Amino acid sequence: MNRIHSPLTPWLLLLPAMVLLLGFTHYPAVATIWHSFFSTPKGANPAVFVGLENYALMIDDPVFWRVLTNNIWFALGTIPVSIALAIMMALWVNDRLAGRGLLRMAFFTPTVLPMIAVANIWLFFYTPQYGLLEQVTQALGLPSHNWLGNPNTVLGSMMVVAIWKEAGFFMIFYLAALQQISPTLAEAAGLEGASRWQYFWRVQFPLLMPTTLFVLINALINSFRLVDHIVVMTKGGPDNASSLLLYYIYEVGFSFWDSSYAAVLTVVLLLVLALVALVKFRILDRRTHYQ
Amino acid sequence: MINAQAANPFGEQSKLLETVAAWTLGLLWVLPLLYAIWTAFHPAEFATRFSLTAPLSLQNFVNAWHAAPFPRYFLNTFLLVTMILAAQIVLSTMAAYAFARYQFRGSNLMFMLVLMQLMVMPDILIVENYNTMNLLSLRDTILAIGLPYFASAFGIFLLRQTFKTVPRELDEAATVEGASALQTLWKVYVPLAKPIYLAFGLVSVSTHWNNFLWPLIVTNSVESRPLTVGLQVFSSTDQGVDWSIITAATLMTSAPLLLAFLLFQRQFVQSFMRAGIR
Repeated sequence: MNRIHSPLTPWLLLLPAMVLLLGFTHYPAVATIWHSFFSTPKGANPAVFVGLENYALMIDDPVFWRVLTNNIWFALGTIPVSIALAIMMALWVNDRLAGRGLLRMAFFTPTVLPMIAVANIWLFFYTPQYGLLEQVTQALGLPSHNWLGNPNTVLGSMMVVAIWKEAGFFMIFYLAALQQISPTLAEAAGLEGASRWQYFWRVQFPLLMPTTLFVLINALINSFRLVDHIVVMTKGGPDNASSLLLYYIYEVGFSFWDSSYAAVLTVVLLLVLALVALVKFRILDRRTHYQ
Repeated sequence: MINAQAANPFGEQSKLLETVAAWTLGLLWVLPLLYAIWTAFHPAEFATRFSLTAPLSLQNFVNAWHAAPFPRYFLNTFLLVTMILAAQIVLSTMAAYAFARYQFRGSNLMFMLVLMQLMVMPDILIVENYNTMNLLSLRDTILAIGLPYFASAFGIFLLRQTFKTVPRELDEAATVEGASALQTLWKVYVPLAKPIYLAFGLVSVSTHWNNFLWPLIVTNSVESRPLTVGLQVFSSTDQGVDWSIITAATLMTSAPLLLAFLLFQRQFVQSFMRAGIR
């Protein structure tokens, strides 16, 4: 539609948002890539071009590989479980179960809590000697275990926190999708003699596929973006066993003040996100329409 | 829409089992929170001892309140979320209107640039954004916490979808009446998008009330710290590991959102649903 208004109008409307987007999303992304080829300026020494030196450093950095592996395990461990739980929760609170409202609230409440508050509560939970988990194991006569102090259990313990926090959030999207499914489908399936189980796998689950893809993308981004619980609960320890990529970037950038190395690590994170974006545009956008 | 009941034509035999399973998971889900509430409202010696005769006490909250400048943190968070929400609404409305109702060269490119923020959020580019704040001499201010989030791709996207559903006739009628672009936007589009503004508002406020990493990096004084960072500073300084007080502070920090959620549960859930369907 061509308006009588000046052709500048849309640009003026866009201007403030675009300036801020360029300033805090696009410029820093490009600057990160640029700075990854320079050394960190220190005192009187300005940054000098070092080419791929920082990248070579990263390849030889065992902590980087540890952190990247952790992050991949973290994503693999949290996403399928929280999606499965979310679907189950959504099916339950969509059904006529007794106390549906209370259940929905129970599942969703962790979403509203700040991750940092959640982390504090769970920290208390996992505390050796007198935490709740310890009380339970003691009552069952099991040996005491330092969940966050042991490299073998720390990442798993952090995954449980993330699943607890996120499953209820994903449930909401499934609940919305379930309510779009016409009840006549369930009636028809019931008349045909299908079991609840068959109805879920043959009808509901396929119809929930677009939601699953949407949730999957969000969950993937979140698993590389959310590190609040790590700052509070473990600081990446013990021995980097629970450190994730963004936490390592934070540590390198703001504890070691090595901005070049932090830039290289950020480039890796950007590559991961670009990969997610690619998957999103190839698969997801065939189903949703932006126009 | 949330109360639309799904009929259950599959018989009742599995119903009981499902209800039991659902309730077990539900209880498991609230257990951490209930435990925190128990600890916060009882004297420290009952933190790990469950007894029905344990006296209730608000002392932990009083102690926490006096042990750190929480009133200031509350004020900072309040200012922060208000500032971000106001900026996001104004900027997103303008941008969404441009995308929804104008055809101009480069609009697709601009929209792609906006959508990129859905993937690359400012919280990832912490080092560069920190440098920018330094350059602008904004470090350690509430403005610096909010500024990177003022332009919200999510808000622009959500409002653009909504504005596109507004009938053209309304818009054209307003133009014929001599309304300017901004007047049309204000009189026609904004009122029709009220539910979307509410949904976006709830999502935005809860997101930024809870945001932590970026504020942690960019602030270092009581004057600018939001609640989340204040809580972290409070619980990481050695309080003689008094869990009761830390738990009280933790609950206090999330209390306004938690209370709002308990009171407006339906609206909250619906707004997340509305904001999620895209």
